[in-house]
Amino acid sequence: MSAPGSPPSDAPPPAKKRPPHPIRAYGDRRDDGRIQLSFTLPVAASPRAREAARRFAEAMGLRAVLVAAMEPAGRDYSFFVVYGRADVTLDYGEIEVPEVTLPEWGWKEINKVIKETLHRKVVVVGACTGFDAHTVGIDAIINMKGYAGDKGLEAYPWIEAHNLGAQVDNAALLERAKELSADAVLVSQIITQRDVHKENAAALIELARKRGMRGLLFVLGGPRIDHKLARELGFDAGFGSGTKPSQVAGYVVDRLVARAEGRAPAEGRE
Amino acid sequence: MQMLPIDPSVVEECRDLAARVADGVHSFIDRHTTCSIERTVLRAYGVDGADPDGVPLVNTCVERFVKTGHAGCGIAWFLGRALARGAADPQEAAEVLAYAPETDDGEGGPDLAAVRAALAPHTARALERIDRARACRESNRGLLAPSSQPGTPLKYVIVATGNIYDDADQARAAAQAGADVIAVIRSTAQSLLDYVPYGATTEGFGGTWATQENFRIVRAALDEEQDRLGRYLQQVNYSSGLCMPEIAWLGAVERLDMLLNDAMYGILFRDINPRRTLCDQYFSRRIVARAGMVINTGEDNYLTTADAVEAAHTVVTSQFINEAFARRAGLVDEQMGLGHAFEIDKSLEDSLLYEISQAQLVRQLFPRHPIKWMPATKHKSGDIFWSHRVDGLFDLVGVATQQSIELLGMMTESIHTPFLQDRFAAIKGAAYTFTAARHLADELRWNPDGKVVARARQVLADARDLLRVVDREGLFAAIARGVFADVKRPETGGKGLGGVVEKTPGYLNPILEALEGK
Repeated sequence: MSAPGSPPSDAPPPAKKRPPHPIRAYGDRRDDGRIQLSFTLPVAASPRAREAARRFAEAMGLRAVLVAAMEPAGRDYSFFVVYGRADVTLDYGEIEVPEVTLPEWGWKEINKVIKETLHRKVVVVGACTGFDAHTVGIDAIINMKGYAGDKGLEAYPWIEAHNLGAQVDNAALLERAKELSADAVLVSQIITQRDVHKENAAALIELARKRGMRGLLFVLGGPRIDHKLARELGFDAGFGSGTKPSQVAGYVVDRLVARAEGRAPAEGRE
Repeated sequence: MQMLPIDPSVVEECRDLAARVADGVHSFIDRHTTCSIERTVLRAYGVDGADPDGVPLVNTCVERFVKTGHAGCGIAWFLGRALARGAADPQEAAEVLAYAPETDDGEGGPDLAAVRAALAPHTARALERIDRARACRESNRGLLAPSSQPGTPLKYVIVATGNIYDDADQARAAAQAGADVIAVIRSTAQSLLDYVPYGATTEGFGGTWATQENFRIVRAALDEEQDRLGRYLQQVNYSSGLCMPEIAWLGAVERLDMLLNDAMYGILFRDINPRRTLCDQYFSRRIVARAGMVINTGEDNYLTTADAVEAAHTVVTSQFINEAFARRAGLVDEQMGLGHAFEIDKSLEDSLLYEISQAQLVRQLFPRHPIKWMPATKHKSGDIFWSHRVDGLFDLVGVATQQSIELLGMMTESIHTPFLQDRFAAIKGAAYTFTAARHLADELRWNPDGKVVARARQVLADARDLLRVVDREGLFAAIARGVFADVKRPETGGKGLGGVVEKTPGYLNPILEALEGK
């Protein structure tokens, strides 16, 4: 997707072989593999239930299983806390995860970069889409107040931010983005049941492609979202829990600047 | 419990201001009806069922009269005319209203006396139905223990599987673990539906559809379980959104104990038209009052969008306004579960002191009200161990300040709708805290020069100042300006305005008359 000689800034780094780095879970001593888990079985608490829990953990591959607690969580349900040794060794050197590369900019720098490089306001439209009525994520990013002491996008003089709120239909979101000549579309998906958040997010990108609007930046956020998943669903970037507004603003501005300088073509435009 | 030293004249001024704010809107409420109010009237008369596309008969009827511009006469006027003309019962009469080739224009034919006479036995039957449900609830309550730990907050948990049969199983398990109150969370889209879905349902989004049949299924499970446990189990659902009064009626009929019902929540958080919500809340609360249910108001939500330190006074302001509206609908204090929440940023020094201050203040301002204490949601993370500790402090404040109804915090808040084990862990933790701190309230003495007292006085003074502003501007204008929860809602914006209809001079609604005691 990138032009020769100008890799986009969030492409995976060039394949650089890392040295082998075997790791195991760390409990009390290095490489002891000790882990803890908790689960419920739909049977009344009893010595048989305890044995069932032990075998359940063994079947998951745990050794030296200790059923630390068996609690009756109702007449026909038992809650277990279990410790065991996981004989799993991973080579950490082989693990690659795409990460959003973010400039370390604060509020001041972001406004300065927009003013001096783009010479115009950046327009951002955000919404919770589909059935999702929980605006806490999109509010934290867009509303003036922001999140964890980091001001929201509305507080940026060089960003024009529109928060469309909850339960916004995909088509209506794109319609509004078009009217406002938006540069970026922020989508928040908090609530999910049986992966409906994924289907809905993917449907938005599909619709954007059909309408010739995939050239906009599409950013997905939510507690079950990471960059990898967002990329798989067709978004430009994904942000999970704890993301600050300045990180989203920094990402959007960095990409817009990169495009303006011809360093990175927009997806769907090459 | 020692009281915080606050100025009673400020409290009195808040109540007077809130009364004036509510009165300012009531002239509008009294002159209007809504399609959901009229559908509720039909439901009260026993009209039931849906067409093969799932459209309830009550919707088909009312929409027809909205279209012809006659809804302002009241659907009862037309139902009564169909009865006077020979329909066997209200169901048959409603079918005539919905499907007769000609829509009745209300002219000629049976006169008011004949219509009233035709409706009178059915009006009596409607009221009997919810009176009987109330009597049945009160008799069950009389026979059983009131809660798992009397004298401490009721333990309220939510179930939200999407499948009503799983919900019923989870409700039983929660009750066995010690829960007193079970709320079935609604599917997130439901508040914006302008009809009540029909029948038992097994798929939902983030919750389960509220239907009359689903209410029955959960109540039956709780009835059976409470007899085994020897203590009464309370059922909760949501009378909010575009079908506020209809859900209130269905809840009354099916013996629900509590309904989420707020005069302003739908406006602020679901972008429902302000006029629509304020009319709907009145009729729905008339039903709640008669049926002896408890409302839960939604002020906790303000703190999920606005900051809990800066906006604490908006919660108190809204509680006074909710109380004023509830009084005008005939509720007694014991039916007003005013809401608030443990939502202050957990990284703030002395956040616990501010939480105690607010909880104690609310307890004192509304002494007979079953205050609803809501857990942290905003400042939580996927670290369930940390989250469980936050809930421990929340439980401690709840018991120490004698909150009435406590929605237990879940360690998996912000991850998923609660697993069975999450509910178990929350109930077990709360039971420990409530036992350990059972009489803590009796021991607490407030430092008159300390942070808790200063904060309570400040919040109350700020609430009074805001009430003065709302009184000056009027409630509609204040909401439009974004006074509550940082959300701005213009009077003619939002969903459902089309369903607000001005009453004609001859407007007829014998159900409302009976509920108003006329």
